[in-house]
Amino acid sequence: MPTRTIGQEFIKGLWQENPIFRQLLGMCPTLAVTNAMINGLAMGLATSFVLIFSSLVVSSIKRLIPRQVRIACYIVIIASFVTIADRFLAAFFPPLSKSLGPYVPLIVVNCIILGRQEAFSSKNTIGRSLFDAFGMSVGFIIALLILSATREILGSGTFFGYQVMGAWFKPWIIMILPPGAFIALGFLIGLALLIEHKTKRGR
Amino acid sequence: MELVALLISAILIKNFVLHYFLGICPFLGVSKKLDSALSMGLAVTFVMTITAVVSWLINHLILIPYSLDYLQIVSFILVIASLVQLVEMFIRKISPPLYQALGIYLPLITTNCAIMGLALLAALKNYSFIESVVFGAGSGIGFTLAIIIMAGIREQLNLADVPEPLKGAGISLIVAGIMALAFFGFSGMIK
Repeated sequence: MPTRTIGQEFIKGLWQENPIFRQLLGMCPTLAVTNAMINGLAMGLATSFVLIFSSLVVSSIKRLIPRQVRIACYIVIIASFVTIADRFLAAFFPPLSKSLGPYVPLIVVNCIILGRQEAFSSKNTIGRSLFDAFGMSVGFIIALLILSATREILGSGTFFGYQVMGAWFKPWIIMILPPGAFIALGFLIGLALLIEHKTKRGR
Repeated sequence: MELVALLISAILIKNFVLHYFLGICPFLGVSKKLDSALSMGLAVTFVMTITAVVSWLINHLILIPYSLDYLQIVSFILVIASLVQLVEMFIRKISPPLYQALGIYLPLITTNCAIMGLALLAALKNYSFIESVVFGAGSGIGFTLAIIIMAGIREQLNLADVPEPLKGAGISLIVAGIMALAFFGFSGMIK
């Protein structure tokens, strides 16, 4: 992999290896918290915090971790940062923490984070891992924002809480309920694949 | 009576997959064939029930009395990881056929967010010991139900003409959405 430049490590997370649309990782929080954009953004930022710091720690101590127990070590590192994020949200943003519910502690089992440690940070230098983690985080946040914008605009007619649809618009309540999450994500993944096919053919 | 209501609510109304979005990865990954979906469901139900017992004990006997509840996340994940390992060794010893049937699904359960979600939700809702066990078993049965229905639909879907970009994950998610709609009908059952 060292053939990629640092910039490319960053860019690949945005589209080519986007965690949600292309790798289909981290589906649980994606579906659960995207009923409003503010929740999606908070979730994205919390996950990015955990991902970036875990990558930093794992890539700096990778030589000290015995191979046999590496997964357990990664999990403890990730769990520590998740605890920090969870306590921070509960202390400074209580309403947000309440609406995200158990999904903040559940970042610990988000496959994106463990996946990046196992596939990337444990094999690469600190700088490279940081750029990789940044790219993945930005890709994750963008995907969460697209999904939550779709659901919020169609489901409540608002964008970040501001009314954007006219009075004629009757909100599709279903979009902010669980079934809407599945259906919206299904179509968005289909759309992402369609764009990918089209650009490939163009080349 | 309340326990029956809790059980039904965990299976049908607050279904782990379709209401809490927990355990989506195995739900999409292992639902291509009916029999492997059944094995996965059984394995999850089994581990969930044990997790409900163990996490309740840890939470109420160690973490809360010593006001260490900020350690919940770390301790739950470690307990679940070692529990899955233990269950795996145990089943291999006492019932090789069952071990064969569950196969690789057992270790995969460690990273299943449904298990962690169960421990956290039970702690969040302050369930009593009996309630936790019922909640754990019910959630497991609910997961099994959802994954079996999904596998049944996907086996039929192989014969259908699906638009190219929606093949695979896309159509599965849309099917799951329609299933969630159907399960939504149960929500009036318990007030």
